[in-house]
Amino acid sequence: MNASFDQLFVGGKQWLLSWLTGAPDWIVQIVSSLINIFALLTVFLTLFALMSVLERKILGRIQNRYGPNRVGPFGLFQPVADGIKMLIKEDIVPARADKIVHFLAPILIAAAAILALGVIPYGRNMTPFTIDGGILFFFAVGSTTELAVFMAGWGSNNKFSMLGAMRAIAQMVSYELPLIITVLPAVMVVGSLNPDTIVAAQAGYTFGVVPRWFVFTPWGFAAFILFFVSGLVESNRTPFDVPEGESEIVAGHMTEYSGFKYATFFMAEYIGMFAITGLAATLFLGGWHAPLRALESVPSYVWFFVKLSALLFVYIWLRGTLPRTRVDQIMNFAWKFMLPMAFTCVIAAAVWHYADGGWRGWLWSFAVIAVVYFTLSILLDTRRKFAPRTYRFAE
Amino acid sequence: MNSAAFVIIAILTLAGALAAATLQKLMHAALSFAVTFVGIAAFFFLLGAEFVGLALIFIYIGAVAVLIVFTILLTRRDVEKDRGFNWSGVAIAIAVFGALTWSILKTQSLSIVAPHVPALTVKRIGEALMTSYVWPLQCIGLLLTAALIGALILVMEEKR
Repeated sequence: MNASFDQLFVGGKQWLLSWLTGAPDWIVQIVSSLINIFALLTVFLTLFALMSVLERKILGRIQNRYGPNRVGPFGLFQPVADGIKMLIKEDIVPARADKIVHFLAPILIAAAAILALGVIPYGRNMTPFTIDGGILFFFAVGSTTELAVFMAGWGSNNKFSMLGAMRAIAQMVSYELPLIITVLPAVMVVGSLNPDTIVAAQAGYTFGVVPRWFVFTPWGFAAFILFFVSGLVESNRTPFDVPEGESEIVAGHMTEYSGFKYATFFMAEYIGMFAITGLAATLFLGGWHAPLRALESVPSYVWFFVKLSALLFVYIWLRGTLPRTRVDQIMNFAWKFMLPMAFTCVIAAAVWHYADGGWRGWLWSFAVIAVVYFTLSILLDTRRKFAPRTYRFAE
Repeated sequence: MNSAAFVIIAILTLAGALAAATLQKLMHAALSFAVTFVGIAAFFFLLGAEFVGLALIFIYIGAVAVLIVFTILLTRRDVEKDRGFNWSGVAIAIAVFGALTWSILKTQSLSIVAPHVPALTVKRIGEALMTSYVWPLQCIGLLLTAALIGALILVMEEKR
């Protein structure tokens, strides 16, 4: 019973493919890929619609207001209204813009975001495309986003667009380093670049209670936090949304886009967020594994999406809580703190490996991370330069 | 199926290369150059060399193409100006093509039956890099670190 629920979608696909018995091999292959693509797009575009309304609701709650509540029950049909509005808007292309590049940029950015979704294991036997170097594929595809952002900025022929694109590329290139290096500890300990193998390595429980997710090891915890922050930057979310800082450069590289092209950018941003949080859940939160043995009867894909939603909630929460950082603060943070800490995670994972895990590995890797963390915080402390602040009226 | 894929990828790659060589605007040429890289990466995928294909996308589109594009943007003031026809480039291209054709035609064809080659996995590449090629790897690492430090020194503010 449980197993059949767990394999519901896998079985469904096999049932669909059973209609094709006798057809040539390549037709079956193409149809199988098309089913995967269709399922991915349906699930994540629905999630995008849901996320856009939930984000506004939660932000409203944080700011003590209602948020959208006019369209449908609890405002749940708001994305439908938004979508129709975006579709019937006039598509304005600046007269001096580079028409082809301006047109291609949103397509490329959305394609890169959607491709990255393909290698994440969503459940038991539910990886859409199994590639030996799946993690590498994820980042290779993600790195093409930079070129697309540049195309959007340059093709618009607008100074705000170009400045926004420059900022976006600067922070993406800087944070790609810590993002990729924090993946290394998990890859090193498992010894594989295949997401399925990494998820499989996190099965089981220590003492029968605590799941063996990498986030519960010192190096895994540090790497998870660093990965999460780098992911925030890569998806241009608050507090790191300087590329589209409204108060300074209108909307960054999206300034000259309107109507459905703007919506495509918006969608690509959200899909990129799903991809990066999905990878975070896969690498550090045990992928589709249940958190407790008693809860293993719940289908695996449910657990994956629970973890994904939890991480997405933190994204929204941060957006409602933190103000925007400055460009130089982001850069300093990347090169002076994130990068050394990311390297420390790699060393801590190596220490853990050579101590054969267990409590000794735990202590040693914890010590490595703690020493570097405190050294860095003493070295980077800028508070000493300033005198304690005095308030004239606030106290 | 493989031959059909080969033809499609070949057309894409050649079209990208041709566009890069003939397009009037320098920025368009740089962007079509990126298309060519995608085509070459797709060839590696078709041949089963995933790692090489992914590394190609990673390095050439994520880094080199962005570098080229920024170099054009930051150094050329005549991005919009038409380029004249470059005869020396044609001569070099013909020379390279001739040399390659000559060497391919001169090569004696090997026996058709290839020996059984085990699948080239990422794991095996990693093992080779960490055992037999560890010195070259370390040297490249040192060189790249030196380049990074050099770049930092170049942009560092001069303090008096």
